[in-house]
Amino acid sequence: MSLESDNPLDRAASLEALLFVGSEPLSIEALSRALLCSEEELIAAVGDLQTRLDSSGSSLQILSIAGGYQLATRPAYSVIIGRLLARQRGKLSRPALETLSIIAYRQPITQPEIEAVRGVGCASVLTTLIERELIEEAGRRAAPGRPILYRTTQNFLHYFALEDLADLPPLEDAASPDEVRSAMDSVDP
Amino acid sequence: MTVSTPHTDMPRFRLPVYEGPLDLLLQLIRENEVDIYDIPIAQITRQYLDRLAEWQALDLVLAGDYLVMAATLVEIKSRMLLPAPPRQDEIEVDPREALVAQLLEYQRYTGAAETLRDWEAFRASLYFRNATEIAGDYILPMEQSSLTGRDLHRAFLSVLSAAGVPEAPVSAVVPRRRVSLRVKMAEILRAVHGAAEGLPFESILSIETSRADCVLAFLAMLELIRIGRINAVQRGPFGDIQLVARTDGGGDPAAAAESISDPPLRSTVSKASGVGA
Repeated sequence: MSLESDNPLDRAASLEALLFVGSEPLSIEALSRALLCSEEELIAAVGDLQTRLDSSGSSLQILSIAGGYQLATRPAYSVIIGRLLARQRGKLSRPALETLSIIAYRQPITQPEIEAVRGVGCASVLTTLIERELIEEAGRRAAPGRPILYRTTQNFLHYFALEDLADLPPLEDAASPDEVRSAMDSVDP
Repeated sequence: MTVSTPHTDMPRFRLPVYEGPLDLLLQLIRENEVDIYDIPIAQITRQYLDRLAEWQALDLVLAGDYLVMAATLVEIKSRMLLPAPPRQDEIEVDPREALVAQLLEYQRYTGAAETLRDWEAFRASLYFRNATEIAGDYILPMEQSSLTGRDLHRAFLSVLSAAGVPEAPVSAVVPRRRVSLRVKMAEILRAVHGAAEGLPFESILSIETSRADCVLAFLAMLELIRIGRINAVQRGPFGDIQLVARTDGGGDPAAAAESISDPPLRSTVSKASGVGA
């Protein structure tokens, strides 16, 4: 073990350097390999660095996002940054968000299955979501017509600041046909 | 989303903001403050049809989905007026059941979509470093297999546009293709085996003379990747794509190239790699 890796403070600073050069989320494995430390030590270093960033009044924070760690600015600085940068393309439309949430929970899923839930066609919405790299094709369903299956991408996780799909809010339980029936019976006189 | 009752004496600029028939139905149910499990179908159907008529008066083209739902509502309404046919199992089936189930299912996802909307706004307030061209000795390696068919397709299009390959005139006599896919595959495989550092993706296309030849070369490359003879590797974001020979079960390049030109393709290739290993 080298001298730096015995010193937790230096390790935190080394981690900061790694996160600075990483322009995408860096996995625990990649970071611990570079720092020659165990994954537990790395997680401790992440905590140390975050504490240091907090106490020094830094505008940066460590985010656990899309399966790795990444440095990001804190939300409070968004207004200032907005004055510097040019405006990006707009937010997602409501049809896009609805379609995306159906795909997120039910993936892999075909276009007809999405349309059955929404009650409207969604071909153009799917094209938009693919262009924005929020969804991608995931093979085809072994069913008549071999319809294309869709799933969400890593970029989807990043777009909503999620670490993984398990971070999605729990969906209300689906009502089974029996439950619907009994609920309807109970209101009938 | 607030929907007020239309005033006939006012100019109409309110546009439908519904995401489909299910969304409109849920709105009507909410406005009427009725129980979703006990929808007063006559009342809701009337309002639904009124809304459609209103849109038609505005010369809006109605999506077919709205008309399908209108037909469904009218059908449910008429079935509720009829006495239920006697059934042996004595379970009375409410004609509204399927519709209610569909509305509930849709409602689940609209809730989730609202959450995503909030998270999108939160995430938009965070900024990350952009990928920059780094002049250092090292670059961030791409994750294994993160290169997709889409990336290759993009690279192909950029080569095509950069080369400015002219399309043959429409009136041209179409010559017989002298180069087959297999011959092209063997050609590329030989070139890849000849290049120790890996063959730049562009180089398999640059010598080509027509768009059709480019397409053939591209297809041959995809086929070689599919059958596992070569790999496409990109060492950094926006980096050049390199074609490298697969070292596992590659065997003698000449023999491998030979085997590709013999039909049938798949079985011959797998046999050849078995011998080579």
